[in-house]
Amino acid sequence: MGSEPRQTAAGSLPDALDFESRAWAESLRASGAEGAAALERLHDLLLRATHSEARRRRHLYPEIGGPELDDLCRQAADDAVLAVRRKLDGYRGASRFATWAYGFAVFEVSVKLRRHRWRGGTIPTADDDAAWDRLASGGTAAQTRIESTELLRALRRAVAEELSPRQREVFVAVALNDVEIDAVAAQLQSTRGAVYKVLHDARRKLRLRLEREGHLERVETT
Amino acid sequence: MNERDPLTRLLGTAGNDSGCDGGMAVIAEYVELELSGRNPEDFFPGLAAHLRNCPACAEDYEGLVALVRRRHG
Repeated sequence: MGSEPRQTAAGSLPDALDFESRAWAESLRASGAEGAAALERLHDLLLRATHSEARRRRHLYPEIGGPELDDLCRQAADDAVLAVRRKLDGYRGASRFATWAYGFAVFEVSVKLRRHRWRGGTIPTADDDAAWDRLASGGTAAQTRIESTELLRALRRAVAEELSPRQREVFVAVALNDVEIDAVAAQLQSTRGAVYKVLHDARRKLRLRLEREGHLERVETT
Repeated sequence: MNERDPLTRLLGTAGNDSGCDGGMAVIAEYVELELSGRNPEDFFPGLAAHLRNCPACAEDYEGLVALVRRRHG
């Protein structure tokens, strides 16, 4: 996985930065009462953002509501404020401050909603016939590639032979059984980013194997 | 963005992928490019690839777009 090119040089905020973003960045870096007041305003902003995002996703999580959802949104806002404070030195003004800070609010409420849904549930880790059969039988006309029995068999062999136990566990849960990546991360006491890296490496191994065996066309990667 | 064929769901797409953490670092810029009418994939191809491969980050991206639209119109 590569890193994206940065659009701004390290150092002070760009001259063209809008007034509001500059005010946020400077007041949050201030000490004493000014800094404390800025943190309070930031919490208000991100609390509204977490509620807004939770409302947008309510069709995905109808089982969560009322005080439980309020508490979840508040915790997400708390954690988003902590993340902003931790990363504030990395804010270079390449986007508006509010957009940048909203990113943390959305991420935190997203993780908490997903983990809440799987709380206490069993995360499937078995690479069993049922999981592969579902894959083979659930297709539509647009899914003909994966319905190829030969490809499925080759993929299943590759999962068994190419992946490390941790890669297999993550691949089977996330890719094969559609478990939310944040729920898997919670179970493994890890993070979304770390679990995705495991999944990404597993997928690359599987692709290479399937390419070597002629089941997939070779694709040049960077 | 979340509609993926089964092979992509299993194996992802080949090529450079920023990952969740790499994508998080630039997602605000990505969203503002999108909302300004430019193609963010031209600037951040690794994040564009990641959003095709990671439904969780793709959903977060949609959420961020919605929030910024609401704030700035």
